[in-house]
Amino acid sequence: MRPLFLKRGRSSSTLSSPELKNPERELYHFRRRLTVAAAFIVLGFAGLLARFVALQVIEHRHFQTLAESNRIAIVPIVPNRGVIMDRNGVVLAQSYSAYTLEVTPSRVRNLDETIDGLASLVDIQPRDRKRFKRLLEESKNLESLPIRNRLSDEEVARFAVNRYRFPGVEIKARLFRQYPFGEMASHVIGYIGRINDRDVERIDEWRETANYKGSDYIGKSGLELSYERELHGTTGVEEVEVDAAGRAVRTLSRTLPTSGNNLRLSLDIRLQEAAETAFGSHRGALVALDPSNGEVLALVSKPGFDPNLFVDGIDPSSWDALNDSPDKPLLNRPLRGAYPPGSTIKPFLALSALTSGKRTATQTIFDPGYYQLAGSTHRFRDDKPEGHGYVDMPKSIIVSCDTYYYMLAADTDIDVTHDFLEQFGFGNKTGIDIEGELPGVLPSREWKREHFSGKNYRDEQRKWYLGDSISAGIGQGYNAFTPMQQAEAIATIANDGIGFQPHLVKAVENVKTGAIRQIDAHPSHVVAVKAEDLSVVKNALVGVAREGTSARAFVGAQYVSAGKTGTAQLFSLKGEKYQPGHLEERLRDHAWYLAYAPADHPRIALAVLVENGGFGAQAAAPIARAVFDYYLLGIAPAGMPTDVPRSTDDESD
Amino acid sequence: MNRVFVLLAKGWELLARRVDSFLMGAALAIVGVGLVTLFSASDQSVPRVMTQVLSLAVALVLMWVVANLAPRQLARVALPLYVAAVLLLVAVALGGTVVNGSRRWLNLGIGRFQPSELMKIALPLMLAWYFQKHEAQLRLVDFVIAALLIALPVWLIKRQPDLGTALMIGASGFYVLYLAGLSWKIIVGLAALAGAAAPLVWPYLHDYQQERILTFIDPSRDPLGAGYHSTQASIALGSGGVIGKGWLNGTQTHLDFLPERHTDFIFAVFGEEFGLIGNAILVVLYLLLIGRALVITANASTLFTRLLAGAITLMFFTYAFVNMAMVSGLLPIVGVPLPLVSYGGTALVSSFIGLGILMNVQANRKLIKT
Repeated sequence: MRPLFLKRGRSSSTLSSPELKNPERELYHFRRRLTVAAAFIVLGFAGLLARFVALQVIEHRHFQTLAESNRIAIVPIVPNRGVIMDRNGVVLAQSYSAYTLEVTPSRVRNLDETIDGLASLVDIQPRDRKRFKRLLEESKNLESLPIRNRLSDEEVARFAVNRYRFPGVEIKARLFRQYPFGEMASHVIGYIGRINDRDVERIDEWRETANYKGSDYIGKSGLELSYERELHGTTGVEEVEVDAAGRAVRTLSRTLPTSGNNLRLSLDIRLQEAAETAFGSHRGALVALDPSNGEVLALVSKPGFDPNLFVDGIDPSSWDALNDSPDKPLLNRPLRGAYPPGSTIKPFLALSALTSGKRTATQTIFDPGYYQLAGSTHRFRDDKPEGHGYVDMPKSIIVSCDTYYYMLAADTDIDVTHDFLEQFGFGNKTGIDIEGELPGVLPSREWKREHFSGKNYRDEQRKWYLGDSISAGIGQGYNAFTPMQQAEAIATIANDGIGFQPHLVKAVENVKTGAIRQIDAHPSHVVAVKAEDLSVVKNALVGVAREGTSARAFVGAQYVSAGKTGTAQLFSLKGEKYQPGHLEERLRDHAWYLAYAPADHPRIALAVLVENGGFGAQAAAPIARAVFDYYLLGIAPAGMPTDVPRSTDDESD
Repeated sequence: MNRVFVLLAKGWELLARRVDSFLMGAALAIVGVGLVTLFSASDQSVPRVMTQVLSLAVALVLMWVVANLAPRQLARVALPLYVAAVLLLVAVALGGTVVNGSRRWLNLGIGRFQPSELMKIALPLMLAWYFQKHEAQLRLVDFVIAALLIALPVWLIKRQPDLGTALMIGASGFYVLYLAGLSWKIIVGLAALAGAAAPLVWPYLHDYQQERILTFIDPSRDPLGAGYHSTQASIALGSGGVIGKGWLNGTQTHLDFLPERHTDFIFAVFGEEFGLIGNAILVVLYLLLIGRALVITANASTLFTRLLAGAITLMFFTYAFVNMAMVSGLLPIVGVPLPLVSYGGTALVSSFIGLGILMNVQANRKLIKT
């Protein structure tokens, strides 16, 4: 500034009358300058007032909103998730409150240093750090993230004393989900996990976005998933006044949350335990139903997994162990495992033949040990090489004669068979109230045409052949049923042709009002059969357990049961004799047993599948026996602990 | 009894003789606004208000002393005071105390002292004295010398760094030049030059200064950092509305959203709690104070008193305007207190010394007939 002042100011004419000494004139000049200054001052203050009007009148609303949003924080109060109980009130899943140590990354200057500091007060494992890192990557930085869950009282106290050293770190009480039975019924109950992007989309679709404010967890599988909207409850809201540091100063209003509804299952956890114990180390599935109403009494998928691992976010090594295991513990076998039914299909085919008139009960065939199509050299073998001799319909079921059914299949159009069997629910989802169910395959001409409709297939491959019918006639070939469907089908027979939609939840209880909403049994299918035809088959099924293929498993039973064994071939032996001992365990056949008891007034119907269990009579039937013994007589299988962790209803809140 | 009354009356006369009641009334009204607001801003801290009242007492005594000085005495201290203030600024530069990254204070053992505050009075005094001395014939060289007298302390304060105060001191010097009759051509030329030079100066500003200016242009560029003060102050004022949220009820104030709310941003507290009506009243009070000061200036008897009173009057306006404009988001954030309102003893004392000078000028207006 100064140099220019010099340059510009060199001519004296730029100065105002420096040579005059007239005081009057000087005063006049001075006052003129002062007047200009006064005008400037008035202008300045007027400008300020205009600005105040703009802020305080015109934009007042806007700024008021900003001040309010500065001041008021809406804090969601997460509702208590509903309790899941078995049919007797034993708690299978519950929430409890525990302390977590949480870090708000945006308020922490050096995260690593802070965590190191915290590690000197509370136990922080590398696993916790890893999980925190992962949450940090997913989070939006403004929220607080747990570094340690379930602090002990001592740890809480130790942190509280040192709290001033850790700005941005807080102790919070959070609700945790706990599954007291661990692996037992894990596929039924499922688990909850942290809400991810896909869950957010789901919540948006429900228009429940506001209700999930503050919720960190959501059902991910099993009942926790399918009944999520019952279990979650209604989030409460607390309006708090906060200061600039985000500390709550006072509560302005509070709407309490409403706890989620409790689920009362039809499942009996003791029966479930008996069934799981009976499985031993076998892999497989079991579905037990009450045939009179479709209630699921037990639903086993072995091996299981511990759902508690998932609640806090499963650690990678446990996840890999579960996911990569050849035993597929995460697979919900009863719903998602589709297996060839093997001989268990025979009673249904027999019923079909009686209904269509292709066979009468007393009609006999001669079984030389194989079946040969006219004009073909291929022999369809019976599993008894020397054959069963003369076989009528009851005997065909009791001894499980393949030749009888090869012949029947050759006589019967596959579409007729398909239409009859479809009435039992084969090839369709049963509609059980947990997700992920597969429909299985009930083959027909149409099914084959569609299944092989891709352009990689030729027309010949889309055609239905007689050979297809004959394989299907003993439950092999294209047939693939889930244990759920099998249980539903045998329950339909047990209940004289009326099948109920299976369901796990018996009642939904509103914790607040105490109202209980019963889930009604509703018949999902009625099979058109004559009573006398049905009794032929039912009597034959009783014969199976008494003198037939499963008789050894039911020696000494104090009730009359009905059942049918089956073996699902995994491995084509190409005419060689099947010798279980010579095969890899995982290539062995799957063992089936469908059964119900008591035979006259069935209270329980079930399907058991033992993977790679070999003959159905050997591996699967004893499990059915153990379940019946427990359910009907209260006899626990060997190895079942007598003392099950048990909690009563009133602990649920 | 009578004698007591007489004594009291005499004492009062002695006290009030040189005190301009109009000026005093306006000033005390503004101070009253300040104390009321301070009580709210400090979350009803009586000690803090009492500290300010104590400063007020000291300020009133000093005002009275200055008002009662002979005009000659004012002129006599001009040069020594200026020299002393410059030397103190040099001392600060050599060995001052650093607070928040700037070297502004001298540690006197009993307390810290900010020589730039002294310069606020010393520079106009010095310039007025200089022009009075050369009243016979003001030439270009006088203005050049005056410019140098301004430039020296401005430079010293700017390098502390304290750009805000440097600009204010520069302004006070400029006002004397303006009132002494600096040509409009030069003023306009300088303004144009300053405008043109702004981009050239930009690289020499400190980071925080650049940041303040950028943030002023767009407060949302850093809402949690440099723009935070400005944003929160605007919210405080705007949410106050026409009638305000009521005394002690400002949410921006009491929930700690407003920064510096006792000092530079106290006006935001006032505006939030008393609204547009309160703001208008405060502006009117300043207008009354400054208007009275302008009248005193216009009637001043000598060039020295005229220039001095004029500069002080304009400085009152400048401080009030810049502070309110800064709080309401019209100007970038510069550390300028609101005169007579902001908490702080030194600023209060220098304001009242300024008022004392004005009263002195008013009392001596008839000594030389114009």
